[in-house]
Amino acid sequence: MSTTSSAENPPEISPMERRLRTLLEHLAAPLELILRYFGERAIMLGNAMSALVRRPFRLRLFLDQMQFVGVGSLPIIMLVGFFSGAVSAQQAITALRIFNQERFVGATVGISLAQELAPVFTGLMITARAGSGMATELGSMRITEQIDALSTFAVDPIQYLVTPRVIATTLIMPIMGMVFNIVGLLGAYLFSIYFEHIDLGQFIEQFTFWTDPKDYIIGATKALVFGITLSVAACYQGFYVRGGAKEVGLATTRAVVSGSVSILVADYFLIDAFHILWPYR
Amino acid sequence: MNQPPASTSQPPTAPAGSAGPAGGDPLKQRDERWQIRVRGLNKTFGPQHVLRGIDLDIERGRTNIIIGGSGQGKSVLMKHLMGLLRPDSGQIWVDGVDVVPFSDAEMGKLRRKYGMVFQYAALFDSMNVVENIAFPLIERYNLSRAEIMERVRDLLRRLDLANVDGIEQKIPPELSGGQRKRVGLARALIDRPEILLYDEPTTGLDPVATKNVDEMIRRTADDFGVTSVVISHDMASTFRIGDRISMLDQGKIVVSGTSEEVLVSRHPALREFVETSGLVAPEQGGQA
Repeated sequence: MSTTSSAENPPEISPMERRLRTLLEHLAAPLELILRYFGERAIMLGNAMSALVRRPFRLRLFLDQMQFVGVGSLPIIMLVGFFSGAVSAQQAITALRIFNQERFVGATVGISLAQELAPVFTGLMITARAGSGMATELGSMRITEQIDALSTFAVDPIQYLVTPRVIATTLIMPIMGMVFNIVGLLGAYLFSIYFEHIDLGQFIEQFTFWTDPKDYIIGATKALVFGITLSVAACYQGFYVRGGAKEVGLATTRAVVSGSVSILVADYFLIDAFHILWPYR
Repeated sequence: MNQPPASTSQPPTAPAGSAGPAGGDPLKQRDERWQIRVRGLNKTFGPQHVLRGIDLDIERGRTNIIIGGSGQGKSVLMKHLMGLLRPDSGQIWVDGVDVVPFSDAEMGKLRRKYGMVFQYAALFDSMNVVENIAFPLIERYNLSRAEIMERVRDLLRRLDLANVDGIEQKIPPELSGGQRKRVGLARALIDRPEILLYDEPTTGLDPVATKNVDEMIRRTADDFGVTSVVISHDMASTFRIGDRISMLDQGKIVVSGTSEEVLVSRHPALREFVETSGLVAPEQGGQA
């Protein structure tokens, strides 16, 4: 049978139009990649949130995850917090000494801990410890068909596995950020008073005068957002893993990288937003 | 031998004696002989056309085996039977009702009819044996701990697991391959399903363990009266336990019938499968 159709002979396009199409495709490719990246994670987050208001409510799963993310991460958060505070104080004193203003160390460290160091470092530590654990656990469950098994029992795997992890991480992050703050201040205080011989009264007075609840609200809000981004990044990588043990390892690496990057990128936009909301003094 | 049934958009003809499409809960309508009937099932993944118009009948209360080579779509077909995947087109009639248009909630209810035994058991690593077996009961019902334990222990006894030391508190990595399969079977059976799906149950087992699993499948079908659907490429097992055998090749059911009927089939793909398994001597001069 011989038929001539437009499908067999597509209409001719001019070289200029072809070049234009190629250019547009090249320009659109990264945009598509970015939209897909955020879109897929947003869908997972949406599904996890909608599952939160659907029965059954499995409180034990939330508590288990809070224990894993929070209590399990406490030692590393305290360790990193203490030394971050001490190092910040050391750097601040070095810089302030140029102007003979070392007394401001309490204020500088207090504000930077509250707004930046505590939420960001806590986020990075939780990503490395709990985020990698989530990706590995979910990835192992996927390749050994445990996630499929949940579906066969009419259990929504997102509701059972992802929702508790996202919610627990989101709620625990501001608390862990606060712990980081307290221990960090302790580190800064001990270093300033005992090693740099800063006046105790000056340290406390400058700290209490210059820091206010706004700094802690900013820090806690950032920690909350980082909790969402890091847990969604980790759950996404683990939940959709395909293949075997090697792919689970790669998914874990990707979870840590994308979780950490998402924290730093979100941090930039959040601090901008907060500076619009609460301009610099 | 039954040839693959023809595709149709109408409900498959019910054999004499079966219940008609009466009112009431559609899930309770029954066909006396066929529990599941699949018609014209198609599924593509991107450019890959995996299922190409599957027509398949699953006989109630019998052991139905679906054989086929690797990558032929056996697991995809099984996931469709269970409602874990949605077809691009076609129908799946379960007890006289097309379940393809079912909502997720309806599909969730339908799945209570099914139990699934996974290739490597798919036991939850974070739970011990009792928690694994009891999982469907805990998720679906509000039973007392005593009731749950009674049903778990009954199954452990019936599946010869009760005499294993400390079995109840063991976690999956502490179990042998055979024990894992039986715990997986116990978990699939705990909610008394009507249909039991096995995904390549003998893969990776030695001949003795394979024979034990075969006996387990056979005995489970007899003792619990369930309809068994077994995905397999182990021909020896297939002919040992299969009441009805269907072969999946190139995304289609190419042969379907009893083991005697299948053994004498002239279909080239089936002959190759049977002959390479050593069950019959290869024919000279190719296929007729």
